[in-house]
Amino acid sequence: MSCFRLQIVTPDGVAFDGEAQSVTVRSSVGDVCIMAKHIDYVTTIDAGVVKIKDADGEISKCACADGFLSVKKGMVRIAATTFEFSEDIDLARANAAKERAEKRIAAHISDADTHLAEIKLKRALTRISAKEK
Amino acid sequence: MAGASLRDIRGRIKSIESTKKITKAMELVASSKVRKARENAERTKVFYDILDAAITELESSGGFENVFSKKREVKKICYIVIAGDRGLAGGFNNNVFKLVAEDAGDIPYCVMPIGKKALEHFVHIGKEIVYDKYPLTSEMHVGSCVEIGKLVAGGFRKGDFDRVCVVYTEFVSMISQVASLKNVLPLPKKSDVENGPKMLTLYEPEPEEIYEKIVPQYISGTIYNAVCESLASEYAARRSAMDSATKNATEMIDDLTLKYNRARQNVITQELNEIVAGAEAL
Repeated sequence: MSCFRLQIVTPDGVAFDGEAQSVTVRSSVGDVCIMAKHIDYVTTIDAGVVKIKDADGEISKCACADGFLSVKKGMVRIAATTFEFSEDIDLARANAAKERAEKRIAAHISDADTHLAEIKLKRALTRISAKEK
Repeated sequence: MAGASLRDIRGRIKSIESTKKITKAMELVASSKVRKARENAERTKVFYDILDAAITELESSGGFENVFSKKREVKKICYIVIAGDRGLAGGFNNNVFKLVAEDAGDIPYCVMPIGKKALEHFVHIGKEIVYDKYPLTSEMHVGSCVEIGKLVAGGFRKGDFDRVCVVYTEFVSMISQVASLKNVLPLPKKSDVENGPKMLTLYEPEPEEIYEKIVPQYISGTIYNAVCESLASEYAARRSAMDSATKNATEMIDDLTLKYNRARQNVITQELNEIVAGAEAL
């Protein structure tokens, strides 16, 4: 199968840079799978699981928090705030973060605080599902 | 009398020597940290550049005017002030605070402090603090910057403030760090927007919607980049401050040693005189 160059960048550096057959992301309009020779395209990514099928056909799952995806001249770029491969995810930590966030939402100290806790909860849930599936 | 002064000098030399050891150690620690912090700052730049390019392209694709790009009358400013967690870094913290005060003039402003010193300073002068959960610059990570980005973008949209700036210390070189200010909101217009060629790109959802979603990310990217750069600057500033402190200590020790030797000689001469005088008297 033909491949394309996929580059995934987070504020902490380049998370992935190499050839891939396809990449599936959860965009804000639904799940989108990009394959080689896609038209120039831009979309935003919600927190969710990203699946990369690399040049050897191996699929790896990753947890991705908000970002965007752009296809330009056959090159696919994903810029995300966080991006972790499932083997790098610490399940115990994600579970602890989930519980913490749930408690904070239940306590409801202020609107801003609850809002932040909701973001944290979403992130923890994404991590857990990237690990489990 | 002479004996007491000798002991005094010896005591002072000792205390300066131990101070010198501390400043020397701090200098070494800072210079090893500065390298790491600089590498970090370089890495964050890639992400920031990509977002910047995306925003420029989005602006050129649609003729929309967004809340985030529209200029409005400035009634209140929000400064995201990034300073250090500790002192002993020369004018590092103060330069940042001075820049804020200068830039604001008479316009009322609120502050989002990052770093213990920033929080302390703005609480002390009684400014409104937007959110004080981020007291340590060295413990800032991407997640916290995203939170700040969302809070600030939300506040700007609601009209809590009409201008948002990041104030941080730019890392120019190992010996030069400059406090600088970056306008974040409203987004500065890119100059070549009108003239650039139109791109045939598929947008899903609409460009404006994407724009709205990317902007908070862009802000967090800017903040994170500024945090990393500030951190590198702080270490560099501390390194040079501690370097000059060590030099001063060496100078003082030299001075005091000279004094000590003179005093010691005086004592000996005096004793000799006394012996000679005593012998003559016999």
